[in-house]
Amino acid sequence: MSVTYEDAITRYDPVLGIEVHVELGTRTKMFDDAPSPAGGTEPEHANQLVTPVSLGLPGALPVVNGTAVEYAIRIGLALNCEIARSCRFARKNYFYPDIPKNFQTSQYDEPIAYEGYLDVELADGTVFRVEIERAHMEEDAGKNTHVGGADGRIHGASHSLVDYNRAGVPLVEIVTKPITGVGDRAPEVARAYVQTLRDIFRALEVSEARMERGNVRADVNVSLRPTPDSPLGTRTETKNVNSFRSIERTVRFEIARQAGILDGGGSVLQETRHFHEDDGSTSPGRVKSDAEDYRYFPEPDLVPVAPSREWVEEIRATLPELPAARRRRLQGEWGYADAEMRDVVNAGAVELIEATVTAGASPAAARKWWMGELARTAKSQDVSLEELPVTPAAIGELQSLVDSGRINDKLARQVLEGVLAGEGSPEEVLTARGLEIVSDDGPLLEVIDATLAAQPDIVAKIKGGNLGPIGAIIGAVMKATRGQADAGRVRELVMERVQD
Amino acid sequence: MGDHADLLRLSAADLAAALTAGEVSSVEATRAHLDRISAVDDDVHAFLHVNSEEALASAGAVDDARSAGETLHPLAGVPIAVKDVVVTKGQVTTAGSKMLENWVPPYDATLVTRLREAGLPILGKTNMDEFAMGSSTEHSAYGPTRNPWDLGRIPGGSGGGSAAAVAAFEAPLAIGTDTGGSIRQPAAVTGTVGVKPTYGSVSRYGLIALASSLDQAGPCSRTVLDAALLHDVIGGHDPRDSTSLPEAAPSYAEAARQGATGDLSGIRVGVVTELGGEGYEPGVRASFQAALAALTAAGADIVEVSCPSFSAALAAYYLILPSEASSNLAKFDGMRYGLRVEPGDGPATAERVMAATRGAGFGDEVKRRIILGTYALSAGYYDAYYGSAQKVRTLIQRDFAAAFEQADVLVSPTAPTTAFPFGAKLDDPLAMYLNDVATIPANLAGVPGMSLPSGLSDDGLPVGFQLLAPARQDARLYTVGAALETLLLDDWGAPLLSRAPELEVKA
Repeated sequence: MSVTYEDAITRYDPVLGIEVHVELGTRTKMFDDAPSPAGGTEPEHANQLVTPVSLGLPGALPVVNGTAVEYAIRIGLALNCEIARSCRFARKNYFYPDIPKNFQTSQYDEPIAYEGYLDVELADGTVFRVEIERAHMEEDAGKNTHVGGADGRIHGASHSLVDYNRAGVPLVEIVTKPITGVGDRAPEVARAYVQTLRDIFRALEVSEARMERGNVRADVNVSLRPTPDSPLGTRTETKNVNSFRSIERTVRFEIARQAGILDGGGSVLQETRHFHEDDGSTSPGRVKSDAEDYRYFPEPDLVPVAPSREWVEEIRATLPELPAARRRRLQGEWGYADAEMRDVVNAGAVELIEATVTAGASPAAARKWWMGELARTAKSQDVSLEELPVTPAAIGELQSLVDSGRINDKLARQVLEGVLAGEGSPEEVLTARGLEIVSDDGPLLEVIDATLAAQPDIVAKIKGGNLGPIGAIIGAVMKATRGQADAGRVRELVMERVQD
Repeated sequence: MGDHADLLRLSAADLAAALTAGEVSSVEATRAHLDRISAVDDDVHAFLHVNSEEALASAGAVDDARSAGETLHPLAGVPIAVKDVVVTKGQVTTAGSKMLENWVPPYDATLVTRLREAGLPILGKTNMDEFAMGSSTEHSAYGPTRNPWDLGRIPGGSGGGSAAAVAAFEAPLAIGTDTGGSIRQPAAVTGTVGVKPTYGSVSRYGLIALASSLDQAGPCSRTVLDAALLHDVIGGHDPRDSTSLPEAAPSYAEAARQGATGDLSGIRVGVVTELGGEGYEPGVRASFQAALAALTAAGADIVEVSCPSFSAALAAYYLILPSEASSNLAKFDGMRYGLRVEPGDGPATAERVMAATRGAGFGDEVKRRIILGTYALSAGYYDAYYGSAQKVRTLIQRDFAAAFEQADVLVSPTAPTTAFPFGAKLDDPLAMYLNDVATIPANLAGVPGMSLPSGLSDDGLPVGFQLLAPARQDARLYTVGAALETLLLDDWGAPLLSRAPELEVKA
């Protein structure tokens, strides 16, 4: 039975649960001094960033990366969590070639951070609180590449290659409590939650948090129930959804799909699913009910992590301003209306405007450029503002040329066009294109005299006290100077000449 | 000093003194031991790999440095054997398993790095029960080691190779590892000295793990002082082992030298009621009593202490060890190194290659423990098995704490029996496991233990005397051990090993 999302959401109450993995940007790996590909070391080839530890060679032992613990605590504090006084790692045992030891070292029943929340602001300004169950540390696995099958799938492959560069990269996994009461905003809340987390990771400087590089990955759990008072329904978990748009689509698709099953009197199977970018659908992965027994037990090679209260407080005291607080502060400083600020945030222009203001532009002017001309350009080219080939500093310089009267708004747009075309800085474009407002009266007077000489009737009218036609003279002069003349000065000079 | 026989019988301390005095070169000493290995090891089979060239090269380097007047480590130039469970860069390391046949590690264990830095030439790698699982070396995939006292008997295990190498004068020193007695029990049945240090005293980085929370490397030697000297080399904090103790240790050699005066006035020696009596051979008990009498004569106060939880130690150990081992040995799957076996028929999927490799590469005892451990950690059984075993562990630690209120050191026979004949317990794993009943509590509690010879049993085979001290008090073992050694030596007139039969020397 096929059901649309719009229909489904009128009859079912969706409940979400989101697990977000973030790769920490530490220089070295979680338990190892091998350089981390998530920490600025770009490997040149497979299996380059490995040591006996990250390869799990016989005899090798893990040692906890203190910076990773600090980053995990930062994340925990930013999510308003309690920080454990002592917590242990455990071994999650399963056989798979991408984990060198055939167990993953992960926190299990003793997470470093637990019981927190995150306030998520939706596009219309509604704030939704997401309760956080836990944030725990673990290591990433390597990467399998299946060769010889269709689309790099394991099915039909002749062999597989394993790259352990990523094995051992530190991860923090953040698990929400069931997210209820979201109703028809479920897709939006899911997206905004992950987006807010991404912004926090960046503000905390714990990760580059680039979705497209897999620095942040989300597993999205969805279940439906008839009413908010009903017990929780059976959930599905869609793994590794790695863009904001995909998160939104996953939730929409699963709500519609599950509603179709429930409408038909069927029951949802508890399983993991995969999201398909091409058509926005999900398909079954493995069924959870025959999930492996991971035989968790405390990792005997590691002593407990016991962050002192002093250290935790020190980290808390040095936490950077978080994005939501920063937005509130900047809105106040810039004097934007709520709607204006929301548009700026939604356009991803906060940092750009901030940097432009730092470069000397007024907040109003900075907003005008980024939300106006530049937003239009970005839209027409289907790129983000950040991707435009212009820096906030250049916009600041451009605005200063306007403020000093050297160009007007119309010329400024031409200068910007040159900057975007890669012709150089605003000053360079200005010079190269010869766009500066003509301020030397000499050449201007020549044009004015020629124009007046060509229009003796009008000159006579003006001399006779009829100032009406002066606009025609000014217009002709502006046209002859290709708009570079200062219209006010042209008027003054025309009056002087006529009255002579 | 041209006479090899004399050179071979020197203690490490005496050999070091001769090297320092320039009476012998390290190359000579190393060559003498390599020759001895060639002469007797066909029979003893203490070694799985002998690294003659490399050993002689490092001996030569020590000699050159000495000639150049460089300041050297006191043990520089004294050759050593290393148990094959410890990884050595560029030298085959098998852990006694087919799984790692021909595996050449790309790195050194921390303790090996320390041996190299101190200038101890590594003669080779010694035989052991596969992945250190066993008490007889009969579980080695490469055939058992034979006891130099009687080639028809086991040398103990898992570190039978290291103990036999030292007992057969193939090496003055050796490295062992002890998870439930694998240093001490072989020392006991070969008439040598073996020390399991406090957990965390010696880095585990580079030890192929059996049970991470129990494993500890330590010295094997013929004298207490030699063990102390070696412990001083390999001990100390290692940032690569998170369970390594951070604080600096005192000089154990100093402790041993103090003890060698033989005065034990005021030392309280606790005899553990539960580690003796029934199940212990009469000859073992007699030797133990004689050693107690010697301690009393030297001024020690003998007290009886009870550790009731020790009765559950073996059961707890055989849940914790297999649990950790099942996880530690998961990495041997044919994917990255070592043996790789493809299934005889059907597709060679990763899962099937792993299964075929593990089926072919592990011996029966290893499989038995992996199966036990996998079961003990399974959902629904974890609390009853692994969880309960951890509680027993806590009780044992409390028993130790209480006992050390009453005594400075605890003592027991190291093993209930002397060396048994090959095959005697091979088909009865429980009987084999019982041989470690006295050594296991120390591993469960992390406390240090030493075995040193207390004499011969009525069957003419050596008996081991076990000393136990509180965690981080390894020095007490060396002090009391050296005292007892002095007292017994006075009694015997010559080292116990001089009573071992001469091995047949092959040209």
